[in-house]
Amino acid sequence: MATVRIPTPLRKFTNGSEEVSAAGKSVGELLADLEKNFPGIKARICDDAGAVRRFVNIFVKDEDIRFLQNLETPVKDGDEVSIVPAIAGG
Amino acid sequence: MTGARRRILVIGAGGLGCPALYALAPKLAERGDTVAIADDDRVDVSNLHRQILHRTEDVGRYKVDSAREALGRRWPSLTVETQRVRVGAGNVHELLRGHDVILDGTDSFESKFLLNDACVQARLPLVHGGVTRWSGQLMAVVPGHACYRCLFEAPPPEGAAASCQEAGILGAVAGVIGARMADEALAILDGKPTRAGVLQVYDARSGESRKVRLRPRPSCAACGTRTEAFAS
Repeated sequence: MATVRIPTPLRKFTNGSEEVSAAGKSVGELLADLEKNFPGIKARICDDAGAVRRFVNIFVKDEDIRFLQNLETPVKDGDEVSIVPAIAGG
Repeated sequence: MTGARRRILVIGAGGLGCPALYALAPKLAERGDTVAIADDDRVDVSNLHRQILHRTEDVGRYKVDSAREALGRRWPSLTVETQRVRVGAGNVHELLRGHDVILDGTDSFESKFLLNDACVQARLPLVHGGVTRWSGQLMAVVPGHACYRCLFEAPPPEGAAASCQEAGILGAVAGVIGARMADEALAILDGKPTRAGVLQVYDARSGESRKVRLRPRPSCAACGTRTEAFAS
Protein backbone atom coordinates (compact mmCIF):
# COMPACT_ATOMS: atom_id res chain seq x y z
CA MET A 1 0.00 0.00 0.00
CA ALA A 2 1.16 3.52 -0.75
CA THR A 3 0.42 6.59 1.34
CA VAL A 4 -1.53 9.25 -0.48
CA ARG A 5 -1.49 12.79 0.85
CA ILE A 6 -4.87 14.38 0.37
CA PRO A 7 -5.00 18.14 -0.17
CA THR A 8 -7.37 20.28 1.84
CA PRO A 9 -9.99 20.74 -0.90
CA LEU A 10 -10.40 16.95 -1.28
CA ARG A 11 -10.58 15.95 2.38
CA LYS A 12 -14.35 16.11 2.36
CA PHE A 13 -14.18 12.88 0.34
CA THR A 14 -11.84 11.17 2.83
CA ASN A 15 -13.79 12.06 5.97
CA GLY A 16 -11.23 14.74 6.76
CA SER A 17 -8.21 12.47 6.55
CA GLU A 18 -5.06 14.14 5.26
CA GLU A 19 -3.40 10.82 4.51
CA VAL A 20 -4.92 7.59 3.31
CA SER A 21 -3.55 4.27 2.12
CA ALA A 22 -4.23 3.08 -1.38
CA ALA A 23 -3.41 -0.05 -3.36
CA GLY A 24 -2.05 -0.18 -6.84
CA LYS A 25 1.11 -0.70 -8.83
CA SER A 26 0.74 2.55 -10.74
CA VAL A 27 -0.63 6.02 -10.11
CA GLY A 28 -3.63 5.15 -12.29
CA GLU A 29 -4.40 2.09 -10.21
CA LEU A 30 -3.97 4.13 -7.05
CA LEU A 31 -6.54 6.65 -8.24
CA ALA A 32 -8.96 3.86 -9.07
CA ASP A 33 -8.52 2.48 -5.57
CA LEU A 34 -9.08 5.91 -4.09
CA GLU A 35 -12.29 6.24 -6.05
CA LYS A 36 -13.46 2.82 -4.84
CA ASN A 37 -12.96 3.82 -1.21
CA PHE A 38 -13.85 7.50 -1.51
CA PRO A 39 -16.42 7.89 -4.28
CA GLY A 40 -16.32 11.15 -6.13
CA ILE A 41 -12.70 11.98 -5.44
CA LYS A 42 -11.37 10.92 -8.80
CA ALA A 43 -13.50 13.38 -10.73
CA ARG A 44 -11.77 16.19 -8.83
CA ILE A 45 -8.38 14.89 -9.91
CA CYS A 46 -9.01 13.58 -13.41
CA ASP A 47 -11.11 14.79 -16.29
CA ASP A 48 -13.70 12.81 -18.24
CA ALA A 49 -10.98 11.31 -20.41
CA GLY A 50 -9.15 10.04 -17.36
CA ALA A 51 -6.21 12.45 -17.62
CA VAL A 52 -5.03 14.42 -14.59
CA ARG A 53 -6.63 17.85 -14.65
CA ARG A 54 -4.38 20.70 -15.72
CA PHE A 55 -4.66 22.48 -12.38
CA VAL A 56 -3.71 19.40 -10.37
CA ASN A 57 -0.35 17.78 -9.99
CA ILE A 58 0.62 14.39 -8.63
CA PHE A 59 4.00 13.66 -7.16
CA VAL A 60 5.44 10.25 -6.35
CA LYS A 61 8.16 10.62 -3.75
CA ASP A 62 8.21 14.33 -4.56
CA GLU A 63 8.75 13.75 -8.30
CA ASP A 64 6.18 15.16 -10.72
CA ILE A 65 4.58 12.25 -12.57
CA ARG A 66 4.53 14.28 -15.78
CA PHE A 67 8.31 13.83 -15.86
CA LEU A 68 7.97 10.14 -15.07
CA GLN A 69 5.31 8.01 -16.72
CA ASN A 70 2.17 9.98 -15.87
CA LEU A 71 -0.60 7.67 -14.76
CA GLU A 72 1.62 4.68 -15.58
CA THR A 73 4.23 5.84 -13.08
CA PRO A 74 5.06 2.84 -10.92
CA VAL A 75 4.20 2.96 -7.25
CA LYS A 76 5.66 0.63 -4.66
CA ASP A 77 4.51 -0.23 -1.17
CA GLY A 78 5.50 2.50 1.21
CA ASP A 79 5.78 5.17 -1.48
CA GLU A 80 4.37 8.58 -0.68
CA VAL A 81 2.10 10.06 -3.33
CA SER A 82 1.01 13.69 -3.08
CA ILE A 83 -1.94 15.25 -4.85
CA VAL A 84 -1.38 18.99 -5.15
CA PRO A 85 -4.07 21.20 -6.68
CA ALA A 86 -3.68 24.85 -7.49
CA ILE A 87 -5.14 27.12 -4.82
CA ALA A 88 -5.71 30.81 -5.28
CA GLY A 89 -6.99 32.35 -2.11
CA GLY A 90 -5.25 35.50 -0.99
CA MET B 1 20.63 43.99 -6.09
CA THR B 2 22.47 44.56 -2.83
CA GLY B 3 23.55 48.13 -2.14
CA ALA B 4 21.24 50.01 -4.48
CA ARG B 5 17.76 51.09 -3.38
CA ARG B 6 15.29 48.44 -4.30
CA ARG B 7 11.63 48.45 -5.22
CA ILE B 8 9.22 45.71 -4.21
CA LEU B 9 5.70 45.51 -5.58
CA VAL B 10 3.03 43.76 -3.51
CA ILE B 11 -0.08 43.12 -5.56
CA GLY B 12 -3.00 42.66 -3.20
CA ALA B 13 -3.29 44.19 0.26
CA GLY B 14 -5.38 41.33 1.60
CA GLY B 15 -4.78 38.05 3.36
CA LEU B 16 -1.33 37.47 1.90
CA GLY B 17 -0.36 41.04 1.19
CA CYS B 18 -0.90 42.33 4.70
CA PRO B 19 1.37 39.87 6.55
CA ALA B 20 3.89 40.08 3.73
CA LEU B 21 4.01 43.87 4.01
CA TYR B 22 4.26 43.66 7.78
CA ALA B 23 7.22 41.28 7.50
CA LEU B 24 8.93 43.27 4.74
CA ALA B 25 8.56 46.69 6.30
CA PRO B 26 11.32 46.75 8.92
CA LYS B 27 13.98 45.50 6.53
CA LEU B 28 12.88 47.76 3.71
CA ALA B 29 12.71 50.78 6.01
CA GLU B 30 16.17 50.04 7.32
CA ARG B 31 17.61 49.90 3.81
CA GLY B 32 15.69 52.83 2.40
CA ASP B 33 13.91 50.63 -0.13
CA THR B 34 10.47 51.34 -1.57
CA VAL B 35 7.41 49.14 -1.29
CA ALA B 36 4.59 49.66 -3.76
CA ILE B 37 1.12 48.29 -3.08
CA ALA B 38 -1.54 47.73 -5.72
CA ASP B 39 -5.16 46.86 -4.91
CA ASP B 40 -8.55 48.32 -5.83
CA ASP B 41 -10.58 46.69 -3.09
CA ARG B 42 -12.11 48.19 0.04
CA VAL B 43 -11.80 46.81 3.55
CA ASP B 44 -14.69 44.59 4.60
CA VAL B 45 -15.42 43.35 8.10
CA SER B 46 -14.95 39.77 6.84
CA ASN B 47 -11.34 40.64 6.02
CA LEU B 48 -10.29 41.66 9.49
CA HIS B 49 -9.40 38.23 10.89
CA ARG B 50 -6.55 37.80 8.42
CA GLN B 51 -5.85 41.14 6.76
CA ILE B 52 -3.88 42.40 9.68
CA LEU B 53 -3.04 45.90 8.50
CA HIS B 54 -6.71 46.88 8.43
CA ARG B 55 -8.71 47.87 11.51
CA THR B 56 -12.41 47.97 12.26
CA GLU B 57 -12.41 51.72 11.64
CA ASP B 58 -10.95 51.10 8.18
CA VAL B 59 -14.01 49.16 6.99
CA GLY B 60 -15.18 50.78 3.79
CA ARG B 61 -11.87 52.46 3.03
CA TYR B 62 -9.57 51.49 0.20
CA LYS B 63 -7.12 48.81 1.29
CA VAL B 64 -4.11 50.60 -0.17
CA ASP B 65 -4.87 53.68 1.94
CA SER B 66 -5.45 51.65 5.09
CA ALA B 67 -2.29 49.63 4.50
CA ARG B 68 -0.15 52.67 3.75
CA GLU B 69 -1.24 54.36 6.95
CA ALA B 70 -0.77 51.21 9.04
CA LEU B 71 2.77 50.80 7.76
CA GLY B 72 3.46 54.49 8.31
CA ARG B 73 2.36 54.33 11.93
CA ARG B 74 4.92 51.66 12.73
CA TRP B 75 7.65 52.50 10.24
CA PRO B 76 7.45 56.22 9.50
CA SER B 77 10.68 56.12 7.50
CA LEU B 78 9.40 53.47 5.09
CA THR B 79 8.71 54.71 1.57
CA VAL B 80 5.31 53.42 0.50
CA GLU B 81 3.70 53.99 -2.88
CA THR B 82 0.16 52.94 -3.61
CA GLN B 83 -1.93 52.37 -6.69
CA ARG B 84 -5.66 51.91 -6.46
CA VAL B 85 -5.79 49.43 -9.31
CA ARG B 86 -6.69 45.82 -10.04
CA VAL B 87 -4.10 43.93 -12.06
CA GLY B 88 -5.36 42.76 -15.43
CA ALA B 89 -4.16 41.96 -18.92
CA GLY B 90 -4.46 45.60 -19.89
CA ASN B 91 -2.17 47.00 -17.19
CA VAL B 92 0.03 44.21 -15.89
CA HIS B 93 3.16 45.09 -17.84
CA GLU B 94 2.98 48.76 -16.88
CA LEU B 95 2.29 47.82 -13.27
CA LEU B 96 5.36 45.59 -13.04
CA ARG B 97 7.75 48.03 -14.64
CA GLY B 98 10.49 49.47 -12.47
CA HIS B 99 10.32 46.92 -9.66
CA ASP B 100 12.91 44.39 -8.57
CA VAL B 101 10.64 41.69 -7.20
CA ILE B 102 6.91 41.09 -7.31
CA LEU B 103 4.76 39.48 -4.61
CA ASP B 104 1.50 37.90 -5.71
CA GLY B 105 -1.08 38.48 -3.03
CA THR B 106 -3.99 38.26 -5.43
CA ASP B 107 -6.98 36.03 -4.86
CA SER B 108 -7.91 34.61 -8.23
CA PHE B 109 -6.50 31.95 -10.53
CA GLU B 110 -6.77 34.36 -13.42
CA SER B 111 -4.52 36.93 -11.79
CA LYS B 112 -2.02 34.35 -10.57
CA PHE B 113 -1.52 32.93 -14.02
CA LEU B 114 -1.43 36.43 -15.50
CA LEU B 115 1.27 37.54 -13.07
CA ASN B 116 3.31 34.44 -13.68
CA ASP B 117 3.22 34.87 -17.43
CA ALA B 118 3.99 38.58 -17.26
CA CYS B 119 6.88 38.12 -14.83
CA VAL B 120 8.34 35.34 -16.97
CA GLN B 121 8.11 37.58 -20.02
CA ALA B 122 9.71 40.49 -18.16
CA ARG B 123 12.29 38.24 -16.49
CA LEU B 124 11.15 39.60 -13.14
CA PRO B 125 11.32 37.46 -10.01
CA LEU B 126 7.90 36.63 -8.63
CA VAL B 127 6.94 35.23 -5.26
CA HIS B 128 3.71 33.29 -5.66
CA GLY B 129 1.43 32.46 -2.76
CA GLY B 130 -1.98 30.86 -2.43
CA VAL B 131 -4.13 29.82 0.52
CA THR B 132 -7.40 28.05 1.10
CA ARG B 133 -8.99 26.89 4.34
CA TRP B 134 -6.04 25.65 6.34
CA SER B 135 -3.48 25.06 3.59
CA GLY B 136 -1.09 27.23 1.70
CA GLN B 137 1.46 27.11 -1.09
CA LEU B 138 4.32 29.28 -2.17
CA MET B 139 7.07 29.25 -4.71
CA ALA B 140 9.60 31.62 -6.22
CA VAL B 141 9.44 32.08 -9.98
CA VAL B 142 12.93 33.10 -11.00
CA PRO B 143 14.94 32.72 -14.20
CA GLY B 144 16.39 29.27 -14.64
CA HIS B 145 13.70 27.47 -12.71
CA ALA B 146 10.17 26.21 -13.18
CA CYS B 147 7.46 28.84 -13.36
CA TYR B 148 3.95 28.56 -11.96
CA ARG B 149 2.58 27.39 -15.29
CA CYS B 150 5.19 24.62 -15.43
CA LEU B 151 3.48 23.30 -12.31
CA PHE B 152 -0.17 24.06 -13.10
CA GLU B 153 -0.75 24.23 -16.81
CA ALA B 154 -3.98 26.16 -16.70
CA PRO B 155 -6.46 27.56 -14.18
CA PRO B 156 -9.46 25.44 -13.22
CA PRO B 157 -12.64 26.11 -15.18
CA GLU B 158 -15.36 28.18 -13.53
CA GLY B 159 -16.85 26.29 -10.62
CA ALA B 160 -14.17 23.62 -10.44
CA ALA B 161 -12.49 25.15 -7.43
CA ALA B 162 -14.02 27.05 -4.54
CA SER B 163 -13.11 30.70 -4.18
CA CYS B 164 -11.61 31.92 -0.94
CA GLN B 165 -14.96 33.46 -0.08
CA GLU B 166 -16.65 30.11 -0.50
CA ALA B 167 -14.00 27.90 1.09
CA GLY B 168 -12.78 30.28 3.75
CA ILE B 169 -9.24 30.88 4.92
CA LEU B 170 -7.83 30.32 8.36
CA GLY B 171 -6.25 33.64 9.31
CA ALA B 172 -3.10 32.04 10.66
CA VAL B 173 -2.45 30.23 7.37
CA ALA B 174 -2.51 33.50 5.46
CA GLY B 175 -0.15 34.93 8.05
CA VAL B 176 2.32 32.08 7.70
CA ILE B 177 2.35 32.12 3.91
CA GLY B 178 2.45 35.91 3.70
CA ALA B 179 5.39 36.07 6.08
CA ARG B 180 7.21 33.37 4.12
CA MET B 181 6.56 35.27 0.92
CA ALA B 182 8.25 38.28 2.46
CA ASP B 183 11.15 36.14 3.56
CA GLU B 184 11.54 34.79 0.05
CA ALA B 185 11.33 38.25 -1.50
CA LEU B 186 14.14 39.47 0.73
CA ALA B 187 16.19 36.40 -0.14
CA ILE B 188 15.67 37.10 -3.83
CA LEU B 189 16.76 40.69 -3.35
CA ASP B 190 19.91 39.38 -1.72
CA GLY B 191 20.50 37.14 -4.73
CA LYS B 192 19.81 33.92 -2.82
CA PRO B 193 16.29 32.59 -3.46
CA THR B 194 15.45 29.59 -1.31
CA ARG B 195 12.26 28.47 -3.00
CA ALA B 196 13.18 28.54 -6.67
CA GLY B 197 12.31 25.26 -8.31
CA VAL B 198 10.27 24.06 -5.37
CA LEU B 199 6.69 24.35 -4.25
CA GLN B 200 6.33 24.65 -0.51
CA VAL B 201 3.07 23.23 0.80
CA TYR B 202 1.89 24.08 4.31
CA ASP B 203 -0.87 22.37 6.27
CA ALA B 204 -1.96 24.25 9.38
CA ARG B 205 -3.85 21.29 10.83
CA SER B 206 -0.75 19.14 11.04
CA GLY B 207 1.67 22.04 11.27
CA GLU B 208 3.68 20.37 8.56
CA SER B 209 5.55 22.06 5.74
CA ARG B 210 7.08 20.14 2.90
CA LYS B 211 8.61 20.87 -0.45
CA VAL B 212 8.07 19.20 -3.79
CA ARG B 213 10.66 19.61 -6.50
CA LEU B 214 9.63 21.31 -9.70
CA ARG B 215 11.21 21.08 -13.11
CA PRO B 216 10.85 23.52 -16.02
CA ARG B 217 8.43 21.97 -18.46
CA PRO B 218 9.68 22.27 -22.07
CA SER B 219 6.11 22.62 -23.36
CA CYS B 220 5.17 25.27 -20.79
CA ALA B 221 3.11 27.97 -22.48
CA ALA B 222 4.78 30.67 -20.38
CA CYS B 223 8.46 29.77 -20.22
CA GLY B 224 8.81 26.67 -22.35
CA THR B 225 10.35 28.40 -25.35
CA ARG B 226 12.30 30.70 -23.07
CA THR B 227 13.83 28.05 -20.84
CA GLU B 228 17.26 28.48 -22.35
CA ALA B 229 17.07 32.26 -22.26
CA PHE B 230 15.48 32.14 -18.84
CA ALA B 231 18.45 30.18 -17.62
CA SER B 232 21.07 32.50 -19.07
